[in-house]
This record gives sequence, C-alpha cells and structure tokens, in this order.
Amino acid sequence: MKYPENLRYTKEHEWVRVEGDLGVVGITDHAQHELGDIVYVDLPKIGSIVDQGKSLGSVESVKAVSDVYSPVSGEVIEVNEILGQAPEKLNQDPHGAAWLVKIRLNAPDQLKTLLSAADYQAYVGAES
Amino acid sequence: MAQSVSLKRTPLYAAHVSLGARMVDFGGWEMPVQYSGIVDEHLAVRLAVGLFDVSHMGEIEIRGPEAAHLADYVTTNAVSKLEIGQAQYSGLLYEHGGFVDDILVHKVAEDHFFLCVNAANQEKDFAHICAANRFNAQVEFAGDRYVQIAVQGPLALRTLQKLTTVDLPSIRYYWFTDGTVSGAHARIARTGYTGEDGFEVYVAPAASLRIWNELLEAGREFGIKPCGLGARNTLRLEAKMALYGHEIHASITPYEADLGWIVKLEKGEFIGRAALSRQKQQGVRRKLVGFEMRGRGIGRDGYEVKLRGSPAGWVTSGSPAPSLNRNIGLCYLPAAEARPGAKIEVVIRHQPVDAETVATPFYKRAKTA
Repeated sequence: MKYPENLRYTKEHEWVRVEGDLGVVGITDHAQHELGDIVYVDLPKIGSIVDQGKSLGSVESVKAVSDVYSPVSGEVIEVNEILGQAPEKLNQDPHGAAWLVKIRLNAPDQLKTLLSAADYQAYVGAES
Repeated sequence: MAQSVSLKRTPLYAAHVSLGARMVDFGGWEMPVQYSGIVDEHLAVRLAVGLFDVSHMGEIEIRGPEAAHLADYVTTNAVSKLEIGQAQYSGLLYEHGGFVDDILVHKVAEDHFFLCVNAANQEKDFAHICAANRFNAQVEFAGDRYVQIAVQGPLALRTLQKLTTVDLPSIRYYWFTDGTVSGAHARIARTGYTGEDGFEVYVAPAASLRIWNELLEAGREFGIKPCGLGARNTLRLEAKMALYGHEIHASITPYEADLGWIVKLEKGEFIGRAALSRQKQQGVRRKLVGFEMRGRGIGRDGYEVKLRGSPAGWVTSGSPAPSLNRNIGLCYLPAAEARPGAKIEVVIRHQPVDAETVATPFYKRAKTA
C-alpha cells in the first residue's frame, strides 16, 4: 500500500486532508484492512464540536467495533451520507470516496503534530 | 500488535502468511483470523467448501482397561453408549456443575478414547482429568502429535474424497474412521463447528502442510477458500454452537447453557452430577436464548440486556449473520423470559437498542439424503 502524500496521519490510523479551512477526515487503508468487512459507520451530527484525539464516531466490522479519533479539532460541517447506506465503501476506497466527515479547523497548528505519509508507512510497517 | 514473545504457531503458519492471512493471538496461539474476508469465507462454507487450520485445538488420549470408566466419570454424556468409531459432544464439569470445557469424545477402541478439547483449556483439562483418575487408565496429553484440519461445507466431501480411499459417504455424522489422506495416516471425523456437513481430519504435523496444500488444490474447482477464526465464529454462532469463555465457562452449567441434552444423569456417578441433579429439580434461574436485533446495531459479547427497562442479563456472543443478513446473538436471561418472542433491549455503547428473543438455531442446513 502506498499512502497518499497529501494526507496527514495519526497513530490511531485516521487521516486528514486539508481543503482551505476544512479538514476532510477518514480512516486509513491499514485500519480498514485490520477491521475487515465493515457493516456500520456511526458519525457525529453536523454542527457538533470535536476535539483532537477524542472519539468522533465509530466503525463496526463483522468482528469488532472501533472508535474513530479525530485527528483535528473543529466543527463538523458535513458527514459522508454514502456510508449509511454503503458502509462497505470504507473497505474499498478509504482514502477517497469513503471519507467520514469534514471539519472546519479551529486549530490548524495541530496538523504539524500529525504524521507524514512516509512516517505513517514506516509506523504501520513496524507495527505489523 | 508489538508482541510475538511466546505465541505458539501451528505447522501451517507459513502457509497462512503466504495466503495473505491476518494473524491474531487466540488462546496463546498465533492463528489466522481471516484471509479474503469473514463474509466471503463464511459464504464459501455455506455454499461450497472452506478449509480451516484448527491445530490449536488440543488432544488428550485416555487408554487402558478402565479408560471408559474414566471417560464416563469426567464427562456428562454417556460414554457407554458410544460404539467404536463414534464421537460425542460432551461437557467436562467441576463438582459445582460449571464447565471446565466442552469437548468431543471419540471412541477409538474399547480401551482407547480420543478427546478433542479447546486450545486455551488443554492444560487445565489434562490436569482435571488426571486428578480424577482413580481408575486403571492412562491419560496422555497429545496436542503436539496432531494437526487438525477442518474441511467444511456442502462440497467438503467431494473435496476430501479426492485425497482418500476411505468411502466418505459411509461415515455418518458424528462418526469417524482411521485411514489415509494424501498417503499419510489420518483420523477422519464427520464433525464440525460450522453447521454444515464436513470433516475434521487429524494428521501428524509432518504431513500437514502437504495435506493442506493438496486440499486447497482438490477444492479449487469448487471454489474452496481458506477460512479463519472470524468465519468460524460467525458460522458456529448461526448454528448456535457454544464457544467456551462466552456461552459456557466455570460459572455456567449445561442446563443454563441449553445443553441439557449432553447431560445423562441416569448413567451413574460423574463429576458435577450432584449439582446438576439439584439444579434439574429446582430449575435454572437463567438460561441461554437467541436474539435478533430489531434496532440498528450489533449486540456484542458482554453487553448488558434489559427487560422492561431493568438489567436482566448479558450477551455472550453477537455478530452480523452473513447467511441471514440480520444481526444475531445469544444472551442469558431469567429462565422465565428465555423463550422466543420476548422484547428486550441490548445496551450498545450506553444506548438501549430494541431486540427480540428468537428460536434457535438461527441457521439450519437443508437435510441431504
């Protein structure tokens, strides 16, 4: 797996892509692979405030349920409605169409605390 | 996942890794949890054939002139009813009636019984049986001498038949025979933990990799898939087969676990008999029952179950059921309520979600001729 250079990553296996003052957030290919067949995605309500490192929702596979921790702080302004009907998209395109939420960043400096693609790659390489 | 200190590996470990398996710690063993995906593997077993390495399961041999007496004394089911070549599901209990383990007892000869036991329990089971041995019988821990491979699914027979001259159709359900598979000595039992037809094959470690690969090759035309513990769990849950540590453990009796059929009180003395006898007279307070989620969510192991708003029990296993497209589970409830049709709530991440108790098994295969 080649992790996209334009994303920043967490050790809890989330990613964020900056679009202006927004952060598009998802889980990594490593995360979806570890979870296996995903059957539910629970996302926060639009307008809710999330904090970096705190749970913003959960992803549930046949085998287990797993928290998703927000890589950044801010206000949720959009959630990916596709995942309600088709949670399996998360297994197919975790870095693209199956993004989870868009967050209006209120502390963009937090991005510096996140991992680059190369660092994340090395991290999951070492973990497995 | 920073570990790999002292996890045991089966002789097929390298084969699993090269097949792309994701390995996990299960009962001290590094085992494949999935290869292509739990749903994909589950459906392969329901519709065609799947191959499982279940070598982590333990084997214990009981031999000697009074082997049958010892086997009968430590188990709940009637060993005396077994014929040579027959296998039996049974309970290994403490005096208080709780489970040490659930096991399969195979009668190899009048003076030889072969027990298949759970991976995480094997040392405990062995010690338990040895401690109860006041008979002229020898107990041997034989886990290292066997690799167990399960071939499961409607096309399991046709797959395995390619590798053996044993006439597989003549082996009835819960019977076994000794023969050869791929030229190596093997014990072939028509047993399984999936709710499908199939076989569990016990072979020597040295022959196991060849047999594993030849089974994959033999099943290729049927779409055989290697299957991990994830699919094994969803398959056994649909068939409502108990899993030690979940439905049954040291504080649960066979009557509570809806396994009264493996208890033969009339057979004579056995460990746990007095406690079970008492419980049978007085009735059980709690009982295992199946449920289906009505609201959105999956009731998983350990979640609380509520009845009319009050805590009433707990979930022992819960999962999406790939063959049924429903979210199912098993739970303990007060005995009076443990019947199909009770409205319950399962507390999922602090949120009570509607569910209903249902008849089990959730899945039953169509009877073949």
